[in-house]
Amino acid sequence: MAPGLRLLRGNVGLMVAPVVIAIAGVLLAVRVGGAEKDFSEASALQWSERLWPQLQRHIELTMWSTFWVLIIAIPLGILLTRPRLKFLAGPVLTVANSGQAIPAYGLLVLLAAWLGTTFSTAVIAFTIFAILPVLRNTMVGLDQVDKSVIEAGRGMGMSRRRALVSIELPLAVPVILAGVRTALVINVGMAALAFLIGGGGLGETINSGLKLQRDLTTFTGAAMVALLALTVDWIAAVAERVLRPRGL
Amino acid sequence: MNQSDTTEPMIRLDRVSKVYPGQSSPAVAELSLDIARGEVLVLVGPSGCGKSTTLRLINRMIEPSNGRIIFDGEDVTGVNPDLLRRRIGYVIQQIGLFPHMTIADNVATVPRLLGWKKDKIRARVDELLDMVGLEPNVYRDRYPKELSGGQAQRCGVARALGADPEVLLMDEPFGAIDPITRDRLQNEFLRLQSELKKTIVFVTHDIDEAMKMGDRIAILKESSQIAQLDKPEHILAYPVDDFVDDFIGSGSTLKGLSFERVRDLELSPYPMIRHNAGHAQARRVLDEAPQRWLLVLDDMDRPLRWVNDSHLDRTDRPLRDLGHPVRAKVEPNATLHDTLEAMLTSMAGCACVIDKRGSLQGVVEIEALTDVIRRLRANARKHYEDENGQSQPTGTPS
Repeated sequence: MAPGLRLLRGNVGLMVAPVVIAIAGVLLAVRVGGAEKDFSEASALQWSERLWPQLQRHIELTMWSTFWVLIIAIPLGILLTRPRLKFLAGPVLTVANSGQAIPAYGLLVLLAAWLGTTFSTAVIAFTIFAILPVLRNTMVGLDQVDKSVIEAGRGMGMSRRRALVSIELPLAVPVILAGVRTALVINVGMAALAFLIGGGGLGETINSGLKLQRDLTTFTGAAMVALLALTVDWIAAVAERVLRPRGL
Repeated sequence: MNQSDTTEPMIRLDRVSKVYPGQSSPAVAELSLDIARGEVLVLVGPSGCGKSTTLRLINRMIEPSNGRIIFDGEDVTGVNPDLLRRRIGYVIQQIGLFPHMTIADNVATVPRLLGWKKDKIRARVDELLDMVGLEPNVYRDRYPKELSGGQAQRCGVARALGADPEVLLMDEPFGAIDPITRDRLQNEFLRLQSELKKTIVFVTHDIDEAMKMGDRIAILKESSQIAQLDKPEHILAYPVDDFVDDFIGSGSTLKGLSFERVRDLELSPYPMIRHNAGHAQARRVLDEAPQRWLLVLDDMDRPLRWVNDSHLDRTDRPLRDLGHPVRAKVEPNATLHDTLEAMLTSMAGCACVIDKRGSLQGVVEIEALTDVIRRLRANARKHYEDENGQSQPTGTPS
């Protein structure tokens, strides 16, 4: 209870967000549930057959791509800030930048043509797309650690690895987490495109609404993506607050 | 000071050089230096002279290009630097406390690296915090950002002492601290060192700090060449060349007086008289003495008044009401610097030396001080002239 309270103090924003999301969710459910639907709408907006599985798929796409982003970008960011590999930082950042510069649509289609239209292809595409913020923030976070703190640690006999693990990384955590949060939100949005290559997700509902010109369907899909993005962002914000080392 | 004849030095630098690639002149050129056990050796010099580099060569934060480093009799030029550093305390100007760790965790850094047991670490942390004047119950669980600059550097010193290393390297530790706090930290540090007797290498660019902290001072010019290495009072009395003379600046004679104490002076007799004596007797004592002033004492031999010839004309008042009150009083362990200051404010130009009860021990006249200064200079010059025949003028004094 006590740590929870401390978390809330001065973080009214963190309390407001879930309330707003919940109210919006309820309003959406009431609006959709009470609306008169024709056959196509009724079938597209079926909860247990359509929307719920799509939502689950959407979350899976987001989580897996974010997982791979973390697995790749954080170690890479660490390596690229080590003195021996620092010279590679520029080139690698350029490549990561271009990953984000390529239009998402184009990247998806290119990868699908190469790897086939599967869930994994979508995850790979979104991973490439969201690597940059985490990679860059890992590097920036490690670079901004006060050099005299590292000097003091090394001067007392900490090995390089020890200094990295117990000084540099903890002090870089806030910046790295900000990058992860950005990547998560990007991935929730990107996952709405997974339907293009048969990856599933809430994009299917949006797409069928657009194709059949059913505004209620389009609106429902889009609103659910938005609510998911807000929820994920809120969870990440809480994680940032909790995982931030004390004393900073 | 130098004990290398009887016991081996704690640290010996043997023709150590550091050349950075792409630089024409070495940062440190063929430096040889012995640091005795338990001494505070100050490296002082203008910025860019290589004093910090020299310090960081000792714990191999910078790897030497050439030469050997002998630590406690063992050649450590090739050992694992991480293990070496755990045996050497290290304090830097920026302090570098770990902001995400509590004060206790910061202080426990080296004991943890050495794998001490939890109970032992906890006890050691409290002991160290106590030692540097940070109440453990108050500060143990605080974070560095909650400390003032002075408290943070105290914590830095406690952390460096974590595993009770024999050697402490301090790189301008009080450089970023306001003058008043710095003075207090210096005094606390000297008090601590008088108990701990660590071997300390101390880098500063402030010659006054060097004079205050150092048992010996090495004045460095570029490439860490030793211009002069000696006790501070010797350097002040006899700068070997213009570089040292310029560096210690004006007022070196005055500064030198800080190292001498009143109790070591030989005091010449001074005319004095009890307060209840008659005026005629007082005049006789004053006439017989070469001095122009007569000191009036009370029954306990405590100095009361300065009286001169014209004051004695006032025969209507007792001696204790004549002349000027005695204000310039110093105790035997006062420095000559403080004594001189007292003398300058005194009517008679003299300072009375008194014991704990206030009784007079003697009177310091200006001639006593000029004698001391002459003697200091002569000793220092003789010391260098004696040595010139056998070794470098920068060599260690005996």
